[in-house]
Amino acid sequence: MTDIRYLAPKTLDEAVGAFAAAQGAARILAGGTDLLVQMRAGVIRPGLIVDIKKISEMTSIEETAGGGFRIGAAVSGAALGEHPRFGRVWPGVLEAVNLIGSTQVQGRASPGGNLCNGSPAGDSVPAMIAAGAVVTVQGPAGRREMPVEAVPAGPGRTNLKPGEIVVSFTLPPRPAGSSDAYLRMIPRTEMDIAVVGVGVSLTMAGGKVTAARVGLGAVAPTVLLVGDAARALIGSTLNEASVEAAAAACRAACKPIDDKRGTIVYRTKVAGVLLKRTVAIAADRAKGG
Amino acid sequence: MAKQHISTTINGEPMEFLCEPHQSMLDVLRGPLGLTGSKEGCGSGDCGACSVTLDGRLVCACLMLAMEAEGASITTIEGMATGEALHPLQQKFLEMAALQCGICTPGVLMAARSLLERNPDPSETEVRFWLAGNLCRCTGYDKIVRAVLETAADMRENAA
Repeated sequence: MTDIRYLAPKTLDEAVGAFAAAQGAARILAGGTDLLVQMRAGVIRPGLIVDIKKISEMTSIEETAGGGFRIGAAVSGAALGEHPRFGRVWPGVLEAVNLIGSTQVQGRASPGGNLCNGSPAGDSVPAMIAAGAVVTVQGPAGRREMPVEAVPAGPGRTNLKPGEIVVSFTLPPRPAGSSDAYLRMIPRTEMDIAVVGVGVSLTMAGGKVTAARVGLGAVAPTVLLVGDAARALIGSTLNEASVEAAAAACRAACKPIDDKRGTIVYRTKVAGVLLKRTVAIAADRAKGG
Repeated sequence: MAKQHISTTINGEPMEFLCEPHQSMLDVLRGPLGLTGSKEGCGSGDCGACSVTLDGRLVCACLMLAMEAEGASITTIEGMATGEALHPLQQKFLEMAALQCGICTPGVLMAARSLLERNPDPSETEVRFWLAGNLCRCTGYDKIVRAVLETAADMRENAA
């Protein structure tokens, strides 16, 4: 590991230039809570580390003109938690981001890193999918936007093109009566990897769901947007039949692995249970409860 | 890449060192800088024994590259006491014997101080969650949590 180079550019253009020029031998350093562990374990041996935390766009949280938020990809979970308004507008996204690791890990770990690490069990990803977050990506061919659910390609892999860097997440403005929630199932109470994770975002008007999105994690090679679950909820009063239909849609979307944390049968069952619980929390919040 | 020259601030003092790009901050603290109070337990961010603050934020020194210290301000356990005067948390940990072997103690103290700076009146649950990233293999958590709560109460009384 003696031939590693380190760069901390102050602009995105410099970062993209160096990252692309290294042709796959480079790694992006945001919080480093996955990268440094992987380097130490010998899983990866990058020739170049591009530290993006000197680029202000990557570390800032902005409120957009319409009332949405733009979160830099390298913003730490702790910094997001200290924002005076973000957690009130997007409590589910915040609780998902803040579930990643310990206090020490929260001081560094970022939503951009969680997404690009490509784990099917990354906690922030289902909540970001439910939120309808759009990712801004910059690469050698310029900037583009993609829905967050289009980024993961499989365990440890993304659909980013060579030389592309995730710059930020844009979360849309929230209509009145909207809220979100995230729940995960782990075999212990803290510091573990999700067996199932569910993010739900709802907009309610007159007791009915007018908009919904559901993100489902840790039960397939990538985190999933479950459109059938959202369709079961939209237009309903969240009566038992429609919530059960949404739970069934989540169970049907599962293609999980069998491992020491949970069997296929268990993960599939829990996906439905967690969907119901997460919907209940999001609905309660959306009603101002 | 040859050794790099880094200028930083550690425990309030300007500090310079040379490091390799792959070296962790913990490697440099414990090696060339001789600040061996921060311990290496796991080296992968799970145990918290290397807890330091980086620009005021609690982090694991093992999950930070030494290169990232350029222009930053770091505090370690060596900066916790003021001369011979122990920090109230250190004093309380001694009085209440909130340690056994002591390996986790520097990290626990750094994390506890970081909590009390943000929340002078934490509940027991808040202390336990905040310290969830600091592992003690002597199973001494109960004394640790009680010492943090008692220190917080003392500090609130002294501030009043």
